[in-house]
Amino acid sequence: MFNNAKPVTFLIAEDDPDDRLLIHEAFQESLVSNSIYFVEDGVKLLDYLRRQDKYTDPTVSPTPDLILLDLNMPRKDGREALAEIKSDPRLRYIPVVVLTTSKAEEDIMRSYDIGAASYITKPVTFEGLVEAIRGFKQYWVQIVCLPTQDAIDE
Amino acid sequence: MSEVMNDQNQLFTILIAEDDSDDKVLVQSAFQEFDSAYNLFSVQDGFELLNYLRKQGGFLEPTAAPRPDLILLDLNMPRMDGRQALAEIKADPALRSIPVVVLSNSSVQEDILRTYDLGGAGFIIKPQTCEGMHEVVKILNRYWFKVVQLAGGVRGKNGKSNGPAHIYSG
Repeated sequence: MFNNAKPVTFLIAEDDPDDRLLIHEAFQESLVSNSIYFVEDGVKLLDYLRRQDKYTDPTVSPTPDLILLDLNMPRKDGREALAEIKSDPRLRYIPVVVLTTSKAEEDIMRSYDIGAASYITKPVTFEGLVEAIRGFKQYWVQIVCLPTQDAIDE
Repeated sequence: MSEVMNDQNQLFTILIAEDDSDDKVLVQSAFQEFDSAYNLFSVQDGFELLNYLRKQGGFLEPTAAPRPDLILLDLNMPRMDGRQALAEIKADPALRSIPVVVLSNSSVQEDILRTYDLGGAGFIIKPQTCEGMHEVVKILNRYWFKVVQLAGGVRGKNGKSNGPAHIYSG
């Protein structure tokens, strides 16, 4: 009954190397295998999405089906990056899920307001993170349909 | 996951926009299979959906139309279809923070792309069996009410957020 033969490509914007490692491991713990790519801040995220700087090769930096976005990052933070993505007609169809330690009501509200598809507060334990990523993947990989590249190119 | 209980005993409110009564019953009964109760509300088309959200028309009573935590939206409905309703919700500063998940029979690529382009938080092709719907609702529950943090503060209830609640076991 579920649609997904096609692998899903995730792009994760996270500045903290420990968190990157944990997220990577949590993705591997949960069952479905998918491609994941990382960038370290909002500037690199936008460069990646716009194929600028070192991200010009689509086979090395494929367009993601979904973005996981940390809010507190250097240079350009997640709030600003989210606003830019959602105001760019060529990028705004990509769902952005915020994954952050912030529990501030203002961050939650503002993220939804500027177009985040959802907001996840990073669980403090690794087990919690694995559980959250599992629930996240069940939703976005198993039951949800994402746009295909053919539809986007048209 | 040792999950935070919703200490305010606040029920999540789900608003279903669906014109087909069989489909509506299928969704509602899938939700009712879970132990915890929800506030389930439904409207029959996009026009009624906007009236509900703006407390207009038949929804003037404040208790008749509590602000939903999540909207499940069919695309093909009479009067105002789901595409137009989604566009209106996402263009309205008072409403756009409410996540809208499309639940439709359509598997047209253009509908999928457009849903995300307009700010939809998911596009799900409606399962046609009870088992399929049960599975979808189980995953929806887990994701939206256990993993995700919703923008609860907007309802201004004690100024508190409705954090992730333990909605079902398993």
